Amino acid sequence: MFSFELLFEAVVFGLLVGCFYAAISLGLSIAFGLLDVPHIAHAAFLVLAAYMTFLLGSYGLDPLVAAVLIVIPFFFFGVLVYRFYYEAFEKRGADAGVRGIAFFFGIAFLVQVFLSMKFGLDQRTVSAPYIGRSLELGDMRIPWRLIVVLCVAIALTVGLKLYLSKTFQGRAIRAVAQDAWALRIVGANPVLTKQWAFGIATAAAAIGGALLIIVSPVEPSLDRVYIGRTFCVVVLAGLGSMSGTLVAGLILGVIESLVLTMFGASWAPAVAYGLLLLVLAIRPQGLFRQ
Amino acid sequence: MTNVSKRTFLHGMGLGLGALVLPQRVWSQESPIKVGTSMALSGPLASGGRQSQLALQMWAEDVNARGGLLGRKVEIVAYDDQGSPSQSPGIFSKLVDLDKVDLLIAPYGTVPAAAIMPFAKERRLLMIGHIGYQINSKAKHDMWFNNSPWSDAESWVGGFFRLGKSAGVKKVAFLASDQEFAQNILAGAKSLAKSAGFESVYEQSYPPSTVDFSAMIRAIRAAAPDMVFVGSYPADSTAIIRAVNEIGVGPNVKLFGGAMVGLQYASIMQSLGSQLNGVVNYTTYVPEKTMAFPGIKDFLDRFAKRAPAANVETLGYYVAPFAYASAQILERAVTATKSLKHDVLADYLRKNEISTLVGPIRWGADGEWANPRVVMVQFRDIKDGDLEQFRQEGKQVILEPQQFKTGNLIPFQQARRK
Repeated sequence: MFSFELLFEAVVFGLLVGCFYAAISLGLSIAFGLLDVPHIAHAAFLVLAAYMTFLLGSYGLDPLVAAVLIVIPFFFFGVLVYRFYYEAFEKRGADAGVRGIAFFFGIAFLVQVFLSMKFGLDQRTVSAPYIGRSLELGDMRIPWRLIVVLCVAIALTVGLKLYLSKTFQGRAIRAVAQDAWALRIVGANPVLTKQWAFGIATAAAAIGGALLIIVSPVEPSLDRVYIGRTFCVVVLAGLGSMSGTLVAGLILGVIESLVLTMFGASWAPAVAYGLLLLVLAIRPQGLFRQ
Repeated sequence: MTNVSKRTFLHGMGLGLGALVLPQRVWSQESPIKVGTSMALSGPLASGGRQSQLALQMWAEDVNARGGLLGRKVEIVAYDDQGSPSQSPGIFSKLVDLDKVDLLIAPYGTVPAAAIMPFAKERRLLMIGHIGYQINSKAKHDMWFNNSPWSDAESWVGGFFRLGKSAGVKKVAFLASDQEFAQNILAGAKSLAKSAGFESVYEQSYPPSTVDFSAMIRAIRAAAPDMVFVGSYPADSTAIIRAVNEIGVGPNVKLFGGAMVGLQYASIMQSLGSQLNGVVNYTTYVPEKTMAFPGIKDFLDRFAKRAPAANVETLGYYVAPFAYASAQILERAVTATKSLKHDVLADYLRKNEISTLVGPIRWGADGEWANPRVVMVQFRDIKDGDLEQFRQEGKQVILEPQQFKTGNLIPFQQARRK
């Protein structure tokens, strides 16, 4: 049954799914990778954004248009969440990390309850011209929704990379990750910088959430499926590397797809955690961090 | 007024006013009859759990409007078990020992219900099952009576393989979730395929966290089966149907589906729309003329009106009528025996056929339906985005079993081209 044609298709689909993994991990790469915020509510934010996309979709808006519209509200939502986290936990010092995890766990739980109460527990999906159709290349059919995800993932990665390397605010965000005290000396406020960066991380999660509902149906408790994968991609990449996040997503996607095709689907979930353990053992700083 | 004394007039007026002021129904001095149960009101199974809660509430209101049971008001005592086997045993201990409920309905779903069976057997409790599969197979409790129209795997998916046989299927592919229910069904399905002489050309079990099914659907297409059996859960079912629509399963496939949980839910049927055309899948009830059981239309009409306030789906075909039926089973037994003793009620249920809104039920020795009637339906002429179309006949045509049949199989690829 195994053939090179199937292997080739497995690699192609792995790359496409890998782009999706990267796109939904970019926000976490900023929040956890650059800011050291234990943002375990990231996957819940993705699901929240997916529901907001669904809500706007019910008024006839395309999911990608909806994604653009929810970016700004999510940015401010992220700013507020970070401010609260900073005032209640980070400012108080040493045990902020552990208490922060509890805080973000609580936020994730609240998001889930809110979505259950507001939208019920049934699955939600969106419709768009590129969902449910495929591009035919000879015998191979590639779902348009995954091609859309590929384009958005690349655009988002390039956009964030340029922002973080070419703008003053972006460089300040990278600096605060390395030395907040030094940033203060040059006249920038580390707290406001981190607040701004967390807003951007949440805005990126908004776009990731829109991709989530484009790729598959969502339900309020879906964050459990993605929390492990997104952390795996971020750690594999090397904390805070945008292009590394894209490549790490691709690596995860391709290996998962090959394992699924050659060894069976039951082994596929073990790939993420297996890779995570391997990287932590051999190269703890991640694959793409200097 | 001339022939009526002042005292008689005032007496009559007093009675009349009293009738207006007093509650419309005067209940006996005895405490209400409590019916205890648990269901998932939160968590992944909560959609069905909340439908069950509403249906049981409607039953209690209906019974009380008719004067109650044995002249006593009926009360439902229901707790959220989150669909978890770690919750249900404690809840049922509380229902029996602290709440002192008179009657019991098992938790909604297989896993939480299986967890209470040792307790039910040890305490000799009458237990009416509610949408569970093979719950009593190990406990062998003689006071278990399931409300669900299946018994073993053959009763569940036998119709699918009989259809395959009559369609001339030779090669079959299997795709199933790596979870207990789907694996049990898969084992039964493989045994049926072997008996039918089908060759297995592909078999894959996938974990619950699978995101995209394109790779598996591609592999199935490469294996070129005549029939694809799928045992999946709601989120997977949606993703699988979508991937089939995008990738295709090959021109030879005559039957696709079988045991896909979720294709019975209104939200999923609405969101998949025309992508469902041609799929053959199991269900418990569809609004075809052969399933017009007494009372079901009235129940579903009333359910549809109350569903929005309860934040549950308005169709309610799959679970809600069976929740109502589980309470009807208790009602019929109590009314006939005029008793609340569990052994008396169980004895009555063993010996009698019970009429419910999901049809007449008689149980076998294992407490499962003596004549299971899971129906295999084929989705036909489904349009996108229209939930109300599923209330019409001819949208889910019954292919199996024969006594409910409303149409013949149209091969999968042909049905999708229509």
